[in-house]
Amino acid sequence: MAWRDSRRSRSRLLLFVSSVILGIAALVAIYSLGDNLRQNIDTQAATLLGADLEISGNRPAAATLRPLLDSLGTERSEERRFASMVYFTKSGGNRLAQIRALKGGYPYYGELETVPASAGRTFRAGRQALVDQTLMLQYDAQVGDSVKVGEVTFLIAGVLLKAPGQTGISTTVAPSVYIPLSYLAQTGLEQKGSRINYLYFFKYPFAADVERVVKAIKPRLDADELDTQTVQGQKESTGRSFEDLTQFLALVGFIALLLGCVGVASAVHIYIREKLNSIALLRCLGVKSSHAFVIYLIQIVGVGFMGSLLGAALGTVIQQFLPLVLKDFLPFELTTAISWSAVGQGIVLGTIISILFALLPLISVRNISPLRVLRASFESAPASRDPLRWLVYGLIIVFVLVFTWLQTDSWLEALIFTTSILAAFLLLLAMASLLVWLVQRFFPTSWRYVWRQALANLHRPNNQTSILIVSIGLGTAFICTLILVQGLLLKRVTLSTSGNQPNILLFDIQSSQQQQVLDLATQQGLPIIQSVPVVNMRLEKVNDYTATKAEKDTSSRISHRIFGREYRVSYRDTLTEFEEVKAGRWQGTAPAQGPVPISMEEGFAERNGVRVGDTLTFNVQGALLTTVIGSLREIDWNGVRTSFLVLFPKGVLEDAPQFHVLLTRVASNERSATFQRAVVQQFPNISIIDLGLVLKVLDELLEKIGFVIRFMAGFSILTGLIVLISSVLISKYQRLQESVLLRTLGASRKQIFSITALEYFFLGGLAAATGILVALAGSWALAKFTFKLGFMPQFLPLLIVFLTVSGLTILIGLINSRGILSRSPLEVLRQDV
Amino acid sequence: MNSILTLQSVNKVYQSGGRDLKVLDNISFAVEAGSTMAIVGPSGSGKTTLLGLCAGLDRASSGSVELHDTRLNDLSENQLAALRNQYVGFIFQNFQLMPTLTAIENVMVPLELRGEKNVRPIALDLLDQVGLADRSHHYPTQLSGGEQQRVSLARAFSNQPQILFADEPTGNLDAETSEKVIQLLFDLNKQASTTLVLVTHDLDLAAMTQRIVKIKGGKLVSDDTL
Repeated sequence: MAWRDSRRSRSRLLLFVSSVILGIAALVAIYSLGDNLRQNIDTQAATLLGADLEISGNRPAAATLRPLLDSLGTERSEERRFASMVYFTKSGGNRLAQIRALKGGYPYYGELETVPASAGRTFRAGRQALVDQTLMLQYDAQVGDSVKVGEVTFLIAGVLLKAPGQTGISTTVAPSVYIPLSYLAQTGLEQKGSRINYLYFFKYPFAADVERVVKAIKPRLDADELDTQTVQGQKESTGRSFEDLTQFLALVGFIALLLGCVGVASAVHIYIREKLNSIALLRCLGVKSSHAFVIYLIQIVGVGFMGSLLGAALGTVIQQFLPLVLKDFLPFELTTAISWSAVGQGIVLGTIISILFALLPLISVRNISPLRVLRASFESAPASRDPLRWLVYGLIIVFVLVFTWLQTDSWLEALIFTTSILAAFLLLLAMASLLVWLVQRFFPTSWRYVWRQALANLHRPNNQTSILIVSIGLGTAFICTLILVQGLLLKRVTLSTSGNQPNILLFDIQSSQQQQVLDLATQQGLPIIQSVPVVNMRLEKVNDYTATKAEKDTSSRISHRIFGREYRVSYRDTLTEFEEVKAGRWQGTAPAQGPVPISMEEGFAERNGVRVGDTLTFNVQGALLTTVIGSLREIDWNGVRTSFLVLFPKGVLEDAPQFHVLLTRVASNERSATFQRAVVQQFPNISIIDLGLVLKVLDELLEKIGFVIRFMAGFSILTGLIVLISSVLISKYQRLQESVLLRTLGASRKQIFSITALEYFFLGGLAAATGILVALAGSWALAKFTFKLGFMPQFLPLLIVFLTVSGLTILIGLINSRGILSRSPLEVLRQDV
Repeated sequence: MNSILTLQSVNKVYQSGGRDLKVLDNISFAVEAGSTMAIVGPSGSGKTTLLGLCAGLDRASSGSVELHDTRLNDLSENQLAALRNQYVGFIFQNFQLMPTLTAIENVMVPLELRGEKNVRPIALDLLDQVGLADRSHHYPTQLSGGEQQRVSLARAFSNQPQILFADEPTGNLDAETSEKVIQLLFDLNKQASTTLVLVTHDLDLAAMTQRIVKIKGGKLVSDDTL
């Protein structure tokens, strides 16, 4: 019976579930991506690390440790990694880059991909360098040109395309320059207090148990504060990072699926309304209400399965393109293969969820009275009183919760996501309704008829205006929030460099160079906005707690995380206007005896569970120094200036190994280039951060992240547009009647066309406006409460989004309505239009 | 005699299952301006098709239809629409109101399609004449069948048509409501001196007109002036 009843409506039924196809496609594509990533990480983990074992630390391995290191593996390499200025002699340009001074045959797995290809191996033989392709392009450098690192000028032997573990994002932030380690000493960049990472790479025979080796040597390495990484560890940590990424993308895809499901519920509701008389007739002929329900349930299960099947097929196609979308985030070449488990999950998920959402309108079938056959106006009991309806609502919420839990593995996160998604839907719905009401209420009655008729059409019986506004609006909100936040972040950096704020930051200035650098700046007429000393140290103890003790004692208020970092502290006798003591008392000069009273940033102290009065023992380049937290400060982090989590008073650290930071302001790009060139040429070890460049890098970075988010938001918008297509086709009968009636009453084709186009403009416009309003509200909150900035959004990109979304809606609406314009007005006299 | 509508040897043929199906066969008559006329006949006799041709909603396969001295055969779709908007009013069996517009807005539609402004008072006056001034802001779904047909009447007269076509105007109404609507139709028609052509099964209703044209099997079988 279900099969026979669906005979004339199968294509329409399939149309209903078309709105879930994209959601399922998104999920299947993401799940397949996850599977492919896992497989690729398994097979390529060794090339990510480039070796079987990596040992690293931020100071050189102690002489006592050398025999151990020399005994590990069959082949060994060393690398020093640090930030420094590089100077392109041909163009005169200079920029902060990541210097990687390498010795040995690393990488043992994978290779340094270069142009020419041989350069990745041969550069180590002489005074040659490999320069990242972004730097080469930026400074118009060619292979054969020179690049100066510190005191040494290297011949550029090749363009570096890819190194183990490197991603597009990491090269944007810190482009690399490889040099042979043997020339590092000559560069003069390896000085006491310099921030250098020391890496040691080892290759083992194929069958070696590296994990067992690591287990044996770990206590010895821990004592010297050296970290280890193995292929297995790399696999796990890379796998974890990408699991987070795929989880995030899967949740975004799930939102698109939910939007589609609301579309399904809405479409099935209309379908059932149109079937009321058939159902009533079946009831008259003796079909039980439960049988009538089952007839339509079978139809929905069938089309739900078909829709999911199509979605899974589409998802398998889409996943072929995901590596292109994510290429800047992937440290390896991603190969794709069909993931049958992802396809299976998609089909099951799609079928269940389309049934769940279709159940809402479907359960009303049980209440259709056979009396309707005799009297069309016979009203059944209100649906809201049906307890089964509330059960279905509950099932949907439980389903969303469980699905999210399966993604995140955390009930709390699942609950937050489910509540947020529910709140977001309701908020969007409320905003959509408010906007429609406002337009209706305040739309000028003096406007032309076609405008008013188009607006009125949004309220035609069985309209899907709200769901369309919500689904298209949500996608728009995603995209606009992204644009606005990107604008906010850039504005924050731009603001930081405006007015009299510093825009050039010099660091790694040795004490012996400090006066000369100050003189150079003064000669060039630059203001010295800040010049501060910085001392590196590590924390050994808080009261009686060492790192090991704090890690074991989970009941302790002191977080073990307080130990795991290198502290860069400064000393002075006064606080700046950007600091305010919130607890304790600031002492600018250390007392002659007793522990040194230091000041800590309030939030940092709170996060790590320390208070005023706690005793902190620091290791300053080998010497232990006992301090006590004398005060907690609140710091205004906005703006470019040096601020320190830990601040010492004067009279303690003056003789400790230290470097200096200088902040100045340069009025123009030309003067900035002149100053930077002078600094790099006279003091090659000094690094310069040019905030103009930071702004550019940030812009590029946000653009790359934004691309992925826009891609996912596209699923929501496309789902909205599919719901639109389905809605236009479902309401075609109604539209035909209206259009034919207007033709009969004398409307021209142009008038009918205008009404149809304007109706879609209102629909797309209201949806886009809803999304933009939500995005504006969210971004305003971010600006006010997180970034603490005045909110002045850029309206041009929002206008472009508005016009694009509205234009797409009009286009799709008109394409799907094209038959309506050509219908004969005679049909108004016939019942069967 | 001043004819507003003239049909000469009108034929209408449809294609059905690869065969020609003649729905109207050599129909000729003329309708005097200001007169009332009923087209009667059994189901499937071609009444509605004939009405459609007379009103310029469809084109004859052969023969000519002249409405208000204009040969409809020569007009484009848009010219036909403009002609209907200018000279023709309609009343339908199933009311055919725009569901998204209120009663007053429905009445305003023909005038607004013409581009006329400030038409609200005219529409309100017409609604008043059909006794629905107090329900002008109700949507069709909020009105009974009889009320909807009264709104339809007000709309039909809003553009002051020269000729009014009514297709089974009481077909969907109960007897009591039908009587009121018919009374109103004839009153308004008389008041506006409009030509009325109505299609009906109801011989009592047909008898209220000045002339009854009977068709059967697509042929005009009688033309009686009462």
